[in-house]
Amino acid sequence: RDTFPMDVAAFDSCRLEAVPVEFGDYHPLKPITVTESKTKKMGRKGSTSSTSSSSSSSMIDPLSSVLDGTDPLSLFAATADPVTTADTTRKKRDKDDSLVVGSDFEPWSSKRGEILARYTTTEKLSINLYMSSEKGKATTPGSAVSEKVRTRLEELDDLEEGSQKELLNLTQQDYMNRIEDLNQSLKDAWASDQKVKALKIVIQCSKLLSDTTVIQFYPSKFVLITDILDTFGKLVYERILSMCLDNRGSLPDNFTPESVNDTAKETCLNWFFKIASIRELIPRFYVEAAILKCNKFLSKTGISECLPRLTAMIRGIGDPLVAVYARAYLCRVGMEVAPHLKESLNKNFFDFLLTFKQMHGDTVQNQLVVQCVEIPSYLTLYSPAIDWILQCIAYRAPEVLLTEMMERCKKLGNNALLLNSVMSAFRAEFIAARSMDFIGMIKECDESGFPKHLLFRSLGLNLAMADPPECDRLQILNEAWKVITKLKNPQDYINCAEVWVEYTCRHFTKREVNTVLADVIKHMTPDRAFEDAYPQLHSIIQKIITYFHDFSVLFSAEKFLPFLDMFQKESVRVEVCKCIMEAFIKHQQDATKDPVILNALLHVCKTMHDSVNALTLEDEKRMLASLINGFIKMVSFGRDFEQQLSFYVEARSMFCNLEPVLVQLVHSVNQLAMETRKVMKGNHSRKTAAFVRACVAFCFITIPSLTSIFARLNLYLNSGQVALANQCLSQGKIGVCFNCIIILSCQKTEYYYDQSRGCTRVIRKLLESIKAGAGSERVCCWRTEEYKRYQTPGGRSCVRE
Amino acid sequence: MGTALDIKIKRANKVYLCGEVLSGVVVITSKDAVQHQGVSLTMEGSVNLQLSAKSVGVFEAFYNSVKPIQVINSTIEMVKPGKLPSGKTEIPFEFPLHMKGNKVLYETYHGVFVNIQYTLRCDMRRSLLAKDLTKTCEFIVHSPPQKGKLMPSPVDFTITPETLQNVKERASLPKFFIKGHLNSTNCIITQPLTGELVVENAEAAVKSIELQLVRVETCGCAEGYARDATEIQNIQIADGDVCRSLSIPIYMIFPRLFTCPTLETTNFKVEFEVNIVVLLHDDHLITENFPLKLCRV
Repeated sequence: RDTFPMDVAAFDSCRLEAVPVEFGDYHPLKPITVTESKTKKMGRKGSTSSTSSSSSSSMIDPLSSVLDGTDPLSLFAATADPVTTADTTRKKRDKDDSLVVGSDFEPWSSKRGEILARYTTTEKLSINLYMSSEKGKATTPGSAVSEKVRTRLEELDDLEEGSQKELLNLTQQDYMNRIEDLNQSLKDAWASDQKVKALKIVIQCSKLLSDTTVIQFYPSKFVLITDILDTFGKLVYERILSMCLDNRGSLPDNFTPESVNDTAKETCLNWFFKIASIRELIPRFYVEAAILKCNKFLSKTGISECLPRLTAMIRGIGDPLVAVYARAYLCRVGMEVAPHLKESLNKNFFDFLLTFKQMHGDTVQNQLVVQCVEIPSYLTLYSPAIDWILQCIAYRAPEVLLTEMMERCKKLGNNALLLNSVMSAFRAEFIAARSMDFIGMIKECDESGFPKHLLFRSLGLNLAMADPPECDRLQILNEAWKVITKLKNPQDYINCAEVWVEYTCRHFTKREVNTVLADVIKHMTPDRAFEDAYPQLHSIIQKIITYFHDFSVLFSAEKFLPFLDMFQKESVRVEVCKCIMEAFIKHQQDATKDPVILNALLHVCKTMHDSVNALTLEDEKRMLASLINGFIKMVSFGRDFEQQLSFYVEARSMFCNLEPVLVQLVHSVNQLAMETRKVMKGNHSRKTAAFVRACVAFCFITIPSLTSIFARLNLYLNSGQVALANQCLSQGKIGVCFNCIIILSCQKTEYYYDQSRGCTRVIRKLLESIKAGAGSERVCCWRTEEYKRYQTPGGRSCVRE
Repeated sequence: MGTALDIKIKRANKVYLCGEVLSGVVVITSKDAVQHQGVSLTMEGSVNLQLSAKSVGVFEAFYNSVKPIQVINSTIEMVKPGKLPSGKTEIPFEFPLHMKGNKVLYETYHGVFVNIQYTLRCDMRRSLLAKDLTKTCEFIVHSPPQKGKLMPSPVDFTITPETLQNVKERASLPKFFIKGHLNSTNCIITQPLTGELVVENAEAAVKSIELQLVRVETCGCAEGYARDATEIQNIQIADGDVCRSLSIPIYMIFPRLFTCPTLETTNFKVEFEVNIVVLLHDDHLITENFPLKLCRV
């Protein structure tokens, strides 16, 4: 963020230089013309129309007519001007940081999806609208005026008289589509200049927020409807802003009310008067909050006067859930428009605390009974709103304020709901430093209220981000785990455990992690509960491998492999294996021969390999192969070459379905042979010679099972060279090898002209290496003979000596 | 479309005070040159009184008093008969807003039985073949600020079953105790009506609390009068069973045009009242009435 204005400045200077270029003014090729440029105004949409009449004295040059004034480049240069001024003002504004919310503030948009996904229902919903949305069909152009008027009047009647329409039995998806329709018809109405209809749509929509039937869906409904309100707010603001345009171009971003012209002010005032006369409280509140930003047109202090008033207005909303969401909306709009006005945020929260007791009042309880909703699930409906309000308050707030907030929460009975929101909204460091206090408070909470596991989960999330004081760490874990381990419901348990694993990994050793894993296994095994918890279990594995880079330690935790066994669905299992291998390749520094690691990882790799079938995608195979190759490369037994070879043999038998792995194995074995040669300084003893022969044999057995001709070709060449270098001539393997090469290359040249050069190169290399490596007459004889025999058909010789 | 006539008043909000000069332009747009017999502009202001249906029978005798009362009327000839060029022609005008004699320029007010309205009408007379063109446009007159300082007159109120009048069976009423205050019943028309209301306790759940703004219009003269109270607007300040002992703000903006400073003349009166209406869940309706005095400062 800090560097951004600099970039803008650089960008500006480039752009400013570009502005004065006007192609229409002068061109050497142009004959003397009298150009009369009539209108050349910069419209607000950047549309520049210019008409020019040119009269030439002698002849009309077609080129010149293109060049006077209507040149698109010069138009662009002209319209670019207001953009640059806007940029510079934005730069200025950015300097005043207190007026803008920083990027460290988690925006509403990120919460939105989460809420929609979490608060769902299978109950049937209904929309109660006092208007017809599909009646808004456009009158056909050219129809008689009287007809137009009549339909317009009918429409108004519909809107006024309440062609009340109740849409019953909507599924959640239907409901969301309906709301989206309304959003669209709002935009349409606005675009077709039916401002009153637009306002009516918005009022009707916000009225839906006073309806709490199907209460589980309320948070999602809030999200959907406030989207419409946001759209409306933006439309009104932009319209009034566009009215402020005069010949000087658009207003700067930080305009003052004095620079707004009277017409715009009057329109704005009109909106406020219209909204002030909305009968019902909830629509009046929401619509006014939606256009809060428009106060900027009227007076400097408008927003700071409006916010407290709107805050107080919410006190009139009887239903505590509806009220708290109204507060959340106000805080959200307030943060967007005037983040420096903190007082009304706090006021909102304190007002909420005052009405806290309502949740347990008769009205609410009766409603819950009717709707068959349990108290704990009812209380969780509050979380998104309270979280949001507290997040707004906690943003860049001093420590003192947070402490005060916490004290106030403590004072209220059954404060679990608040406690949870405090933990999810306040800074992690703040929470972590007081972890023991929080644990104490959580323990005191009423069992029948807000679900306790959610509280521990929130605490765990904080501890994963910030460190508690050194001395408390073990005690925190003990206290928390004591509660977590008692959770009966496997889903609740795993959601909690998943979070706490990170804390454990962060601060403790293998031993504690092992205990935690053992506990998870114990809870998740009965009734195959793990089947419903794969995402969480996966995330546990990921957390462990991000903290434990030493794989020998990791695999020596005895519960780690049994934990892996819980992943019984193959797709999940493979994903987990991939994660582990990726981590291994990334973090393992040195080659290893640790039998624990080898055993475990071979098992992991085998799982990955075994998942390959005819339907596996090519990419997937490549991915798996590269992971396995990465592992193979990291295995080294040092000077124990024989064991190394036997490892490769084992690997070959395990990973036979992945060709890239076989290729890697051949390379590795070749390397091993050369390594041996190096150790023996070129003179093999009887024992090493036998070993090298075994290596060569490995290669020659492995290569034919590859399907790719060229892979085979190259490997044969390599292996042949290795064999030559190690003087393994006796077995005739080289002969076989070279035979193969030549046969292959000859076959191929017939079919692939393009590739023939590649073959030629291979053969040439081969011959060179034979010449260099072996003086043996037998080979030479063989060479000429074979060469003659396999000269390519058609008289094209591949090799020329 | 041919020729179009439009009146543009200089001030965007079209508000003028008595004694000020109303100015603006008449815009005539036409593709071709327009032949005409003169363009004139008329400024008119009148008070229209209407008797409500229920009182018409009784008050037929007073028919005279229901004639519109003209407050201001003047006409100017803008263009002499002739021809206007094609395109857009703008003709500026100015009207001084002066009282004539003892006729007061009342503030613009749109009511049910009393209407005070000011209009500008532009007429273009044309030859027999073409229709005359007319365009009217309303402008708004505000009465000049009243002299003297407005004394705020706060009112405290308590509503309990005992304070109610017109109750049939007092015994069947649920118990409730509502208290509050209005910051002032002498209101400045441009400022909202403010106050607070607290439901200290209520046996029955509260359904809604509303502020009902009522106009009381009186038409008549010395011989008799008709007095009618009608609702202007209804503003809900509480929805649902509100939290007990928590003060709820009373806040209402006076709508423009539909309210004016409280007016009392020999022929008619315009007064305002506010009702605080509490609706309980068992459909009991409790109302508390406060007369207001509106003024402009």
